[in-house]
Amino acid sequence: MMWFAIFLVGLAAIAWAFRFAGQAATGKAPYFRDMTFGVAYGYVIGAAVLAWLAWAYMQGRSVDPLIANKFFFLRIAIEGFIICAIAAWLFRLLGRAVGTGWSRKMFRSMPLTASFGVLTILIYAVLAIFAGVLAPYGQEQIIPGVAANIVPGGDPALGGNPDFPFGTDQIGRDILSRLIYGAQNTVGIAFATTLLAFFLGGTFGFLAATLGGWLDQLLSRAVDVLMAIPSLIFALLLMTIASVWAPRTGIPLTVFMVLIIAVIDSTRVFRLARAVGQNIVVMDYIEAAKLRGEGMGYLVFREILPNATAPLLAEFGLRFCFVFLTIAALSFLGVGIQPPLADWGTMVRDLGGFVNYAQFAPLAATAPLLAAGAIAMLTIAVNFVVDWMLQKSSGLKE
Amino acid sequence: MGNVLKIILQRLALGMLTLLIVSVVIFVAVNLLPGDFAESILGQGATPEAVASIRRDLGLDQPLVVRYFDWLGGVARGDLGSSFAQANFASFTGTNSGTKTVADQIAPRFANTMFLATVTAVIAVPFAIILGIMAALYRNSVFDRATNILTLSSISSPEFFLAYILILFLAVLNPILPSLSNIYDGMAFGDRLEKTLLPALTLTLVVTAHMMRMTRAAIINLLASPYIEMARLKGLSPIRVIVRHALPNALAPIINVIALNLAYLITGVVVVEVVFVYPGIGQLFVDSVKIRDIPVVQACCLIFAAAYILLNLTADIMSILSNPRMRHPK
Repeated sequence: MMWFAIFLVGLAAIAWAFRFAGQAATGKAPYFRDMTFGVAYGYVIGAAVLAWLAWAYMQGRSVDPLIANKFFFLRIAIEGFIICAIAAWLFRLLGRAVGTGWSRKMFRSMPLTASFGVLTILIYAVLAIFAGVLAPYGQEQIIPGVAANIVPGGDPALGGNPDFPFGTDQIGRDILSRLIYGAQNTVGIAFATTLLAFFLGGTFGFLAATLGGWLDQLLSRAVDVLMAIPSLIFALLLMTIASVWAPRTGIPLTVFMVLIIAVIDSTRVFRLARAVGQNIVVMDYIEAAKLRGEGMGYLVFREILPNATAPLLAEFGLRFCFVFLTIAALSFLGVGIQPPLADWGTMVRDLGGFVNYAQFAPLAATAPLLAAGAIAMLTIAVNFVVDWMLQKSSGLKE
Repeated sequence: MGNVLKIILQRLALGMLTLLIVSVVIFVAVNLLPGDFAESILGQGATPEAVASIRRDLGLDQPLVVRYFDWLGGVARGDLGSSFAQANFASFTGTNSGTKTVADQIAPRFANTMFLATVTAVIAVPFAIILGIMAALYRNSVFDRATNILTLSSISSPEFFLAYILILFLAVLNPILPSLSNIYDGMAFGDRLEKTLLPALTLTLVVTAHMMRMTRAAIINLLASPYIEMARLKGLSPIRVIVRHALPNALAPIINVIALNLAYLITGVVVVEVVFVYPGIGQLFVDSVKIRDIPVVQACCLIFAAAYILLNLTADIMSILSNPRMRHPK
């Protein structure tokens, strides 16, 4: 603690020296002359952090396994970050060079984070759609003659197996295949759930906005009550009940989960759709359509929906993230997607204990982090894209 | 002032009404379960007499409405019923073998969870506000962009991912903090704090991002207003402009988002408690869900909902109080 304080004071001195040197060297250029001490301090702290990261990276490449193990994860993280940044940059370059005029224009104004997001979403979509072709083994396949708990990395000296680059799980299933199938199951189910939630919430929201009156009151109050219960808690409560019903009715628990989460999340969509719809129904063109004698369906789908697309699309991204995280959390707690289906949340729970071996066998600890990281990557990617879309549509500059 | 009091009382009444309706929803949902506890505990060979006896013991033979009001009356007195898993069937054993009621089970865990939430709030709220002010001060700089990316990432990662990352770096690779939070009664405060720190840090990562982004957005929203322009033209330093002139007016949305995030803590707490085996109410809830211990599930759900409604209510009231236009209506 004391060393840390001394370190900070030392940095402050360096910051002062840095500003002074800048002023002296540039002959009081306006940038250095007007620089507040806080900014100079910030630069020095930033430089210190970068230097520490570089040092840690070199430590991770050290020949002494004890030191290398300790910095193994930082090394992987730094390498991963750089690779992601380069991939996103190349992808943006590609997007700017090929494609229609519209897509080129889009890529030109795109920040690196958004291009990373788009690239990641594309990769996940390909993995999810072609999981059956891409995965070397089946998701439930226990390969005969293969040991359980093979360490990822594929290096026989460290307990790996080149045939299983990501190792095998506790009963000898290939983790790589399960990760790929996880894209299909987890993402697919989350996507279906979000679609259902949007269908429900959007339909009722627009209906409430156009019809108003007692229907609006009834739906809105019902939604108020449902939203007063924290969504994960409510989902857990309903899953308890569903887990009793599932074996009796013969319907898989996963179907119940999709319905439960869709209904809970549709309340949020309802709120947005109703608010957006209410702003649109007072427009003159809606009045004109009503006077023309258009029916309810025409009003909702041809007049309101096209004008509400932009906010709903951004909401779709965010809602997908929430649904995806809820499903992952439920699976992690053991009441979500049921085995033998491969699912990232369940994989984290099953393999989580290996994190404790990180000091001596860092490769073994990567297995649960891979699954958890797969979840995080996708939600981060979607959030980056949504953030960019919102910023673009709101036109906020400052 | 009378006006404000009226608004607050209105909100309170509305909150109580919501809680009442929520309790009905929870009760009805739970009673959608097919069959009842008496049948499922006795299995297929149950004699009708035994089933009837257990039903009478647990009060399951009463009609739904009566049971609801019984339960509600009990809740109002602080009696949450007895856990099915630990029910004592007095009519069989004839003795009361010191079983625990739901309230006995929940009370210590509730205190633990409140402790965790408090520690988190104490770390997260100042951290988020300072970070938000700094991001607004140095907007569009490298610092702002880096915090934007970092907070967006931590907002969108699942809690267990953040938890495992923290365990990896702070407990396994550099053994600074314990990765398991085995908390028991009568622990020294320092020990308790040390064991709680890792879950609290995880929750901090989860909630800070949102609070910080809202603080930044609320302040930046105001920077275009004429009075800020005036303060700048007076020659005030940027930090003074933001802290003394922009921040007080941005307080309402900031307080609002803090309360909402504390409410969010309540759901976040479930997963984090399970990862760290923290003996809180979230873990009890998940365990009870798995063994279908209905009275406990019901009670936990009600407590979570009550806390959630209460915090939302606080957010509402605080934002009214912090707004002079609402406090002194024309």
